[in-house]
Amino acid sequence: MEKSLNWYEFIITRLIKASGYSAIIFVALIFFFLVREGIPTFAETSLSSLLSIRWYPIEDHFGILPLITGSLMVTIGAALVAVPFGLGTAVYISEIAPRWMREILKPLVELLGGLPSVVLGFLGILVLSPYLRVLLNLPTGLTALTGSLLLGGIAVPTVVSVAEDALDAVPRSYREGAWALGATRWQTIWRVTFPAARSGVLTAVMLGVGRAIGETMTVMMVTGNAPVLAVKLGSLFSPVRTMTATIAAEMGEVASGSTHYHVLFFIGMVLFLISLGVNIAASSVVFRAKKRAERILS
Amino acid sequence: MNRFILPAITIFVLLFSTSCGPKSSSEGAASDSSANYIENKGSDTIVNLALAWAEKYQAEHPEVRISVTGGGSGTGIASLINKTVDIANASRKIKDEELSEAKANGVEPVEHIIARDAIAVIVNPENPVSQLTLKQISDIYSGKISNWSEVGGEDRPIVRLSRETNSGTHVYFLETVLRLGKKDDKTLFSMDTLLLPSSEGIIAEVRQNPNAIGYDGLGYVPKDLKMIAIAEEEGGAYVLPSIATVNDKSYPIARDLYMYTNGEPTGIVKTYLDWILSSEAQQIVADLGFVPALPDSSS
Repeated sequence: MEKSLNWYEFIITRLIKASGYSAIIFVALIFFFLVREGIPTFAETSLSSLLSIRWYPIEDHFGILPLITGSLMVTIGAALVAVPFGLGTAVYISEIAPRWMREILKPLVELLGGLPSVVLGFLGILVLSPYLRVLLNLPTGLTALTGSLLLGGIAVPTVVSVAEDALDAVPRSYREGAWALGATRWQTIWRVTFPAARSGVLTAVMLGVGRAIGETMTVMMVTGNAPVLAVKLGSLFSPVRTMTATIAAEMGEVASGSTHYHVLFFIGMVLFLISLGVNIAASSVVFRAKKRAERILS
Repeated sequence: MNRFILPAITIFVLLFSTSCGPKSSSEGAASDSSANYIENKGSDTIVNLALAWAEKYQAEHPEVRISVTGGGSGTGIASLINKTVDIANASRKIKDEELSEAKANGVEPVEHIIARDAIAVIVNPENPVSQLTLKQISDIYSGKISNWSEVGGEDRPIVRLSRETNSGTHVYFLETVLRLGKKDDKTLFSMDTLLLPSSEGIIAEVRQNPNAIGYDGLGYVPKDLKMIAIAEEEGGAYVLPSIATVNDKSYPIARDLYMYTNGEPTGIVKTYLDWILSSEAQQIVADLGFVPALPDSSS
């Protein structure tokens, strides 16, 4: 009987190992594919042309700066919406809400996370954008702000789930120690629990930001897709064009192997590298914080 | 090293097995006209018309299956060049670069005019402006005119709406209106023109935004939006788009709608294209708000 158990375990261990490695391999393969199709851009267009400010690919204007700034502006706006709302909700659910409220809120937030982004885009065009145009007296409601608000709404459930788990994982003894010293509830949350869950909270924020930067359908429908360089504060209230919307809108029409095709893959590479950078930054913070905490506790 | 061999082998086996499979069916469909399947792809302007035609034709000829997709004229022509469709719908003529790419791929695009269309310039119903010259529209879209008061309206900023760059309507508008038909002109859309991914997006925005101006095919403009009467030149007559004004050439922005095939069509594709130019199919054209192709469609 021991012999058959070993044979069984052997197979399962190897299969699990294979799936683990395959995740790394798939990511690497995707990256190589992007690089292989995107690198010819440097042979076909000059760097100065790529860094110009006019994006009009059917007439060979390949300036990607407006696209990068558009994505960044919408993502920063989304972060500004998602972080306060997300972390506030997470703190409420894990620290303040009574148990019955927590049972209701947590599934509801998960439900919000399951909403398809195209439905939110639809709501954005028909409801949010006219409302914002009238409220803020803008020329048009299809702006970076509309995109940011909707993306913030999409990112909030991600932030809430991860942050709430992180806050829950803080040992009860931390809180009890703080109460024993006479701290109020808010003082406990703000000065003891939150800093203790800092690495998890940071991961939550990074995941939310990563979700926002990769969002395509919503931004394509509500940001107006005008390739304007978005560097002033006022650009938040005017239309922008994101990298994701550009790829989605234009990939269908490119002839395979043309310059436009390679530039689109180059944009995909840039997007990939930005997401990779965000994730690496998040995980380096997490791992560093763990080591310090282990040292303190031991 | 030993510990990595088995997982590595498992992964390679899995990867190779995913590449085995039936050959993609698209190659078969495009080149084999004796199979009863027609792939039709391209212009979003033509897509509703193509769908209506496909439905009518399949009702009368149940042995033929026709598949219709949108995606823009650029997408349709790119698919014809890649040999994945039988008929490409385009609301603009094929470009020279596309022709050379086609030849390089062994594809000979043949043009068929299947209907005519007018581009209507639309504004919000509350907008007092109701007529513009072609030059004024060109200046509005290239960014030289930015306020409605400069063309006789209220003091409001102009919000310019356009289709995406893969749309034939966009390219046609660029060549005919922005560049006023001149081949060497390099005028481009103003950088803050909103490029909306669908006609529906343009219609929705024009309907509720009094600052907006947009353009779209005549068949897509609902009755509640205001169309601008256009004069070709200063001092000319201002003309609203309709079947009559397109046919007598008094409306300045009218265009032919094309279907491209690889080489002269044969078999069921030929029968389908012949049917499209029959009076029964052209009646559907008129019903949908387009203009039936004239008998001497070389004009």
